[in-house]
Amino acid sequence: MKFQTFNKNSKKLLCFKERLIEVGLFLCAFLSILITLGIVFILISESIPFFREVSIRDFLTDPQWTPLFFDAHYGIASLILGTMVTTFVALSFAIPLGSIIAIYLSEYASHHVRETIKPILELLSAVPTVVYGYFALLFVTPLLQKIFPELSGFNMLSAGFVMGIMIVPYVSSLCEDAMRAVPMYMREGSLAMGATKLQTSLRVIFPSAISGIVAAYILALSRAVGETMIVAIAAGMQPNLTLDPREPAQTLTAYIVQVSLGDLPHGTVGYQTIFVCGLILFLMTFVFNIFGHVMKKLTREVYE
Amino acid sequence: MIPLKRRKAYDAIFVWLSGLVLFFSLLTLFSLMMSLLIQGVPRLNVAFFVSFPSRFAEQAGILSAWVGTLTVMSVTAVVAVPVGILAGLYLEEYASKNFLTSIIEINISNLAGVPSIVYGLMALGIFVYQMHLGQSILTAGLTLGLLVLPIIIVTTREALRTIPTTMREAAYALGATRWQVMRDHTIPYSMGGILTGVIIALSRAIGETAPLITIGALTFIAFLPSSIMDPFTVLPIQMFNWVSRPQEEFHQNAAAAGIVLIGLTLTMNALAIYMRYQFRKRIKW
Repeated sequence: MKFQTFNKNSKKLLCFKERLIEVGLFLCAFLSILITLGIVFILISESIPFFREVSIRDFLTDPQWTPLFFDAHYGIASLILGTMVTTFVALSFAIPLGSIIAIYLSEYASHHVRETIKPILELLSAVPTVVYGYFALLFVTPLLQKIFPELSGFNMLSAGFVMGIMIVPYVSSLCEDAMRAVPMYMREGSLAMGATKLQTSLRVIFPSAISGIVAAYILALSRAVGETMIVAIAAGMQPNLTLDPREPAQTLTAYIVQVSLGDLPHGTVGYQTIFVCGLILFLMTFVFNIFGHVMKKLTREVYE
Repeated sequence: MIPLKRRKAYDAIFVWLSGLVLFFSLLTLFSLMMSLLIQGVPRLNVAFFVSFPSRFAEQAGILSAWVGTLTVMSVTAVVAVPVGILAGLYLEEYASKNFLTSIIEINISNLAGVPSIVYGLMALGIFVYQMHLGQSILTAGLTLGLLVLPIIIVTTREALRTIPTTMREAAYALGATRWQVMRDHTIPYSMGGILTGVIIALSRAIGETAPLITIGALTFIAFLPSSIMDPFTVLPIQMFNWVSRPQEEFHQNAAAAGIVLIGLTLTMNALAIYMRYQFRKRIKW
């Protein structure tokens, strides 16, 4: 054990050292701001030259997206539609399945069952997305082709489905947190009135936790929009303006992958398109994330 | 008013339904594993681990890929672990509640939700084109380091929050300075939780593919890196390359690489879950 002797100089030194450490720690925390600024700076500075070449009107209304062809068209609509359809398919699996699991874990399951099931579910989201891509392309698609024989080898249905399964644990754990934050007396009140567990869950707990649950759905939405490898592998690499999930189509993320795999020179319009797609992705997920976190905070404030 | 009998029946039906849903989710996980194992196990031999990629599927291996994963992960760990832990310490122990702090907090939770491919674009712009680090192991490690930083910060904060204030107050009362309290008490006590977060973050980084594609990972590397400025490939990139080929034989290679990859990430996650469980059980304040 070392004893600190407190003469004036050593105290000064100690204060200085403490101050230095605090500044160092602050810089580490501040780095996260720099990352965001870096992202915004790069995305915007690479997108500006693009919008000098391409008018916003063409960008929004042209039905074709062929920046790498000789006859280049820059209509973002087909990529955005691809992203929307895969996201919709994913969420239409993830939200119902995740919500049911969450209600079960929060209201029905015993402590022991919950502690067993949750880690296993977490493994679902630990599987690397490239492995999910393999699974979607080489297992789920052949399986679905037995049900829909006209289904093409690349399609948004199987990519969306696998993405949905990947997001299930994310939805279920966030929803469960929200429902468990509802105080016990709400349950007791409802049960004392003669309601069954299901009635209590659906009519008392679920509505009381609604802002947390909506937050979970929005954060899941943000996940699905930004998911890359599954759609790049299983949904195809051709922009396709369609609402039919059985068809192949390219998403914003898959387009970035496709261009990055090629060897496009720095500074060309084709190269700038990936930053434009990145900017759209960033803006969409930014809005969802912020909105999701505000909603999540709302629930916490109500019951704490 | 619905009769009690029917309401109870609905209740029972819901329990069955949730059982079915859980079964379905786990069945998917199970069939994913099985499809990988059936396709991939025949390719998993020693030659697969010590061969470079090749045009011929049956001669191809993952030597450059796993060496690449190992080196990139080392860079990632060196970057993200200290910075993440220190940032977590600052936010939990030092930061006063002011505007800047709340901006940093909102920013971190947003960063955790930014698609990984956007990090890749940022790294392409900053590390590759502005700082001229090239499409190298260093760039890849830095990119993944920034990507997992929010995970480490958040888990570090959670771990620190479990330490009761009384422990800190006791140390302060004996005349310890802030840093001494942290170095000798807060950090050692929360080490378990922090390590769990680090493992989870690294297991996420091992599986990341998209940001490394955007910064220009090569898919065919037939040599081992001699410095961190060399070009690289990693396991998920190698697997992606094999999946995207039309030939069945390459799909088998992809499955074998997938088994290795999933083995790594699931082992790390299982370890993290086990550690979390152990620490929760052991520590009683």
